[in-house]
Amino acid sequence: MVASYKVTLWAALIASVFNGFFGLLLAWVLVRYDFPGRRILDALVDLPFALPTAVAGITLATLYAQNGWYGDILESLGLKVAYTPWGIVLAMAFTSIPFVVRTVQPVLEELSPEEEEAGMTLGASDWSVFRRVIFPALWPALMTGIALSFTRSLGEFGAVIFIAGNMPYVSEITSLMIFVSLQEFDFPAASAIASVVLMASLVLLFAINIWQARYLRRLHGRS
Amino acid sequence: MSILIENISKHFGHFQALSPLSLDIHEGEMIGLLGPSGSGKTTLLRIIAGLEGADTGRIQFGDRDVTNLHVRDRRVGFVFQNYALFRHMTVADNVAFGLEVLPRKERPTPTEIKNRVMHLLEMVQLEHLASRFPSQLSGGQKQRIALARALATQPEVLLLDEPFGALDAKVRKELRRWLRGLHDELGFTSVFVTHDQEEALELSDRVVVMSNGHIEQIDQPGALYASPNSRFVFDFLGNANVFDGKVENGKWQNLQANIVLPNGAEQKDGQLYIRSHEFFVSREPTVQANLPLRVIAINPIGAEVRLELTPIDWHSNDVWEIDLPHKAFDKNGFEKGQTLYVTPKAGYFFAHDAQQPVLLNWDQ
Repeated sequence: MVASYKVTLWAALIASVFNGFFGLLLAWVLVRYDFPGRRILDALVDLPFALPTAVAGITLATLYAQNGWYGDILESLGLKVAYTPWGIVLAMAFTSIPFVVRTVQPVLEELSPEEEEAGMTLGASDWSVFRRVIFPALWPALMTGIALSFTRSLGEFGAVIFIAGNMPYVSEITSLMIFVSLQEFDFPAASAIASVVLMASLVLLFAINIWQARYLRRLHGRS
Repeated sequence: MSILIENISKHFGHFQALSPLSLDIHEGEMIGLLGPSGSGKTTLLRIIAGLEGADTGRIQFGDRDVTNLHVRDRRVGFVFQNYALFRHMTVADNVAFGLEVLPRKERPTPTEIKNRVMHLLEMVQLEHLASRFPSQLSGGQKQRIALARALATQPEVLLLDEPFGALDAKVRKELRRWLRGLHDELGFTSVFVTHDQEEALELSDRVVVMSNGHIEQIDQPGALYASPNSRFVFDFLGNANVFDGKVENGKWQNLQANIVLPNGAEQKDGQLYIRSHEFFVSREPTVQANLPLRVIAINPIGAEVRLELTPIDWHSNDVWEIDLPHKAFDKNGFEKGQTLYVTPKAGYFFAHDAQQPVLLNWDQ
């Protein structure tokens, strides 16, 4: 039981942090660069939301299985993804990346170019401008995106069970434990596990909201 | 530091924002770029700063060719129209920014930075706001912080894009005077963009009037006002009434209205530009002019009363504006809807085939 919490928490954490980086990068590319296929890529970002998660899970499992397209390549590098905890991370990251992209994108679009230009006229390098001017403006949105991605990952079920292999103590996630308990008509156990997940998600969301409200108040003044 | 601009041009897509133009700015000068929106004044300013690249031409700061130098290496102070303060930083951090990002070798120590920031804040008289955030400041305060931030690295060139555009009239006037004082005290070279003729005339050593991507005229404010060299400059410097006349029997005639040609005027058709305060007003036509107008509005503005008038039985594209001292206004007691006659004292005549105006005087 505790092992499943651990696996779920760690996988969700890694997945959401990865999404933080990759989602920011994707949003940046979508907003700042104009290239052929940009609109298609923009639309594809929503795919994980549109796709039934089970379909995503099966597809990922097939692609990353030892004889799948990517699995094959990774296998030759000595990496195994499908049917390991990494598979869980992969499934979680895939299903929750739109949260990050879609929260960061509008903020990035509305960022006034003047602030960046002001940074440059004051002699700041590109990296300095990003770190000191752009990132602080994106930070609240990015944090929200990561938190949403994390809570979503905690509860992800469909996509994960197909790729995880569900080995007890290694790659068995909490939502599967709930499901199994329900199958065994052990309702009290299912409710107990579920309430832990629920509480964790709620606490996290509240914490993020309070922190964000404080940060935004500073940016926009008290009103 | 002097700034030399040579044959700078710029286009965006098919739009020619700047036709090749040259400008020589002396060290310590304060230059106002004046023009309507779309005249290319902001583009020119951004090219000087390096925020925009020019298509052709060369820019030199002192002896240094900076044409291909990146913004961050040009070391200019730039003040943005909407201030562009960093919203997540305190006022003090905003001002310190330029010092904090210096390469480690050149960067002052933290205490030194702190002292410099406090000194700058004292200079803009806002030291009590050091720990506030930009969202807690008024427009005028933001503008002064933006200035302090731009001056923190002690640039020799200060560029300002519509620095007072978003402020109310009183604050604008106060800041204008303050900026001029700062300029004279610190001795940097400044270039600012404005569409407000009063601001340009009051603040600049020389005014550069721009339209459609080229320079119309460069002159000291007094000279510019006394001898505008084109219709555009005349129009833009404001408050001129235009009388379009054909010569008949020694008079410029426009339907029922006429003005007698003064001594020495050429017998040519053209447009007469008369400033709003260069008139006599009477209840009857005079020997010099027959210009009937109807009063449509009366606005007391400061030391004068501005009458808005429409022509009666003659044609003019615009409403006429005439400024009268309160005394003269009170004596006549004009009311809305009344008819009155005006007689020009002095005006500028643009013959149809001429680019340059001729100054005319009626009252000898």
